[in-house]
Amino acid sequence: MQAFEYASPSSLKEAVGMLSSSWGETAVLAGGTDILSLMKDYIATPKKLVNIKGIKELGGIAKQGGGIRIGAVVTMDELASSPLLRGEYASLTQAAMGIASPQIRNMGTVGGDLCQRPRCWYFRQGFGVLAKDGSGNALVPNGENKYHAIFPQGDAYFVSASSLGPALIALGAKLKVTGPSGDREVAAEQFFTAPKSADGRETVLAANEIVTEIHVPAAKGIRNSTYEVRQKDALDWPLATASVALTMKGNTVSKARIVLGHVGPTPVVAEEAARALEGKTVTADLATEAGKAAVANAKPLSGNGYKLQLTRVAVKRAVMQAAGVRA
Amino acid sequence: MSKIHDEMDEKTRAKGAFSRRGFLRGAGVASGALGGAVLTEEQAEAAQAAAQGPGAVAISLNVNGKEQKLNVEPRVTLLDACRNQLDLTGAKRVCDRGTCGACTMIMNGKVVYACTVLAIDAQGRQIQTIEGIGTPQKPHPVSTAFVNNDAQQCGYCTPGFVMAAKGFLDRNPKPTYDQVKAGLGGNLCRCGTYVGVRKAVLEAAGKKG
Repeated sequence: MQAFEYASPSSLKEAVGMLSSSWGETAVLAGGTDILSLMKDYIATPKKLVNIKGIKELGGIAKQGGGIRIGAVVTMDELASSPLLRGEYASLTQAAMGIASPQIRNMGTVGGDLCQRPRCWYFRQGFGVLAKDGSGNALVPNGENKYHAIFPQGDAYFVSASSLGPALIALGAKLKVTGPSGDREVAAEQFFTAPKSADGRETVLAANEIVTEIHVPAAKGIRNSTYEVRQKDALDWPLATASVALTMKGNTVSKARIVLGHVGPTPVVAEEAARALEGKTVTADLATEAGKAAVANAKPLSGNGYKLQLTRVAVKRAVMQAAGVRA
Repeated sequence: MSKIHDEMDEKTRAKGAFSRRGFLRGAGVASGALGGAVLTEEQAEAAQAAAQGPGAVAISLNVNGKEQKLNVEPRVTLLDACRNQLDLTGAKRVCDRGTCGACTMIMNGKVVYACTVLAIDAQGRQIQTIEGIGTPQKPHPVSTAFVNNDAQQCGYCTPGFVMAAKGFLDRNPKPTYDQVKAGLGGNLCRCGTYVGVRKAVLEAAGKKG
């Protein structure tokens, strides 16, 4: 990787002050599981790396205002093993447990999961986030696209790599983002965005902003779950995931949120799938219907039609798991 | 490039002049001194918030219970620092992208990919490598179990697997077969010795090491 200056500030203010307002000049280091690989491949060539792990206020998981506050540098292992999350926030625990391997979970952070760059192999080979050749032709639709989006947005065919994003959106979480002019709050649903140009980004974060904490509202009584489908048992990226949050009135679903992961350049909120559940009692058949509704508007590419069925199954199983219904 | 290096290595080894590793280590120290970046401990602490590098900076790593001082550029990984400067070559550099597990070390009690940790960022942590968990005369129970269960073939992934297994057993002393399978999910073996590895981990479970 290209040589860089390294800083490890102990305050958030210092850290933000060290970040450049334009992308590429500086980069944030937390777990390092994504940025260091990007740097080794010269996809990222920052002149300065700012380590934020030494900033105390960015750590910790704690109850706050009825909900829960998760610091951005909390590791996936801490998240997956936190007794504060288990049960009430099952969808988050399950999403964290599904991430890669013990070694990655021990280093990788919550903020890093949200801010990591796409795994699209064209992007990782240097063709940019919209994966175009020198003449501006899109490489994904005419190329190897079996791991790409079935819900492309504009010219963006990669899939959002975030595993926590769908669960956080389903639970109505808010992210605290800190920049040079202070803090702002961004709903998890608004955080992800499909870039419109080659130098665009996958989130609304500015180059000199840091995700500092996540607030998840109380989820007592909201049945929530994440189900992940992947090729290998271990150390693999999901092919399709679904996170669901069901508000129940007795046996009836009064409100449902279903969010799909790894099928579009942002997590995909499946409103029609949610509507298929509302006002009804969850059964295996109803969960199947929700799965079908989730992909009704999908636009698969030449090589990833198989993802439709995986997504249907992910939704069906996440709904059944959340509702406690057995097949 | 590696072919040339290997040939050079053969020649120098034949002459008994100096080893490639010794040469690299010498070069690392020399460039650090040339860069004028060697700081005293107090200076290093004061400069913590300020930027360090891009040239070599003085750092201190606690590896296998021993505090080691070395000069590295901020871009040097923990794996490369251990292999090229501290002569700890047990951990292997294979994928160098945090996906194969051959470089697994234990840091503050948790398994990590040493290829994906910067050496400068590993300061102040307790680092354990394969060299630190037993000797050829008195191997660690996990290493013994690997031998007993034929848990290696070419052996290149083995140091990483042993460290991953040790780290796993430290946290799960009495695992089930399925827990072993998931717990070692971060390590790959191209020879396909997984069955032997899992048996070895179950055999080593509960033995003090």
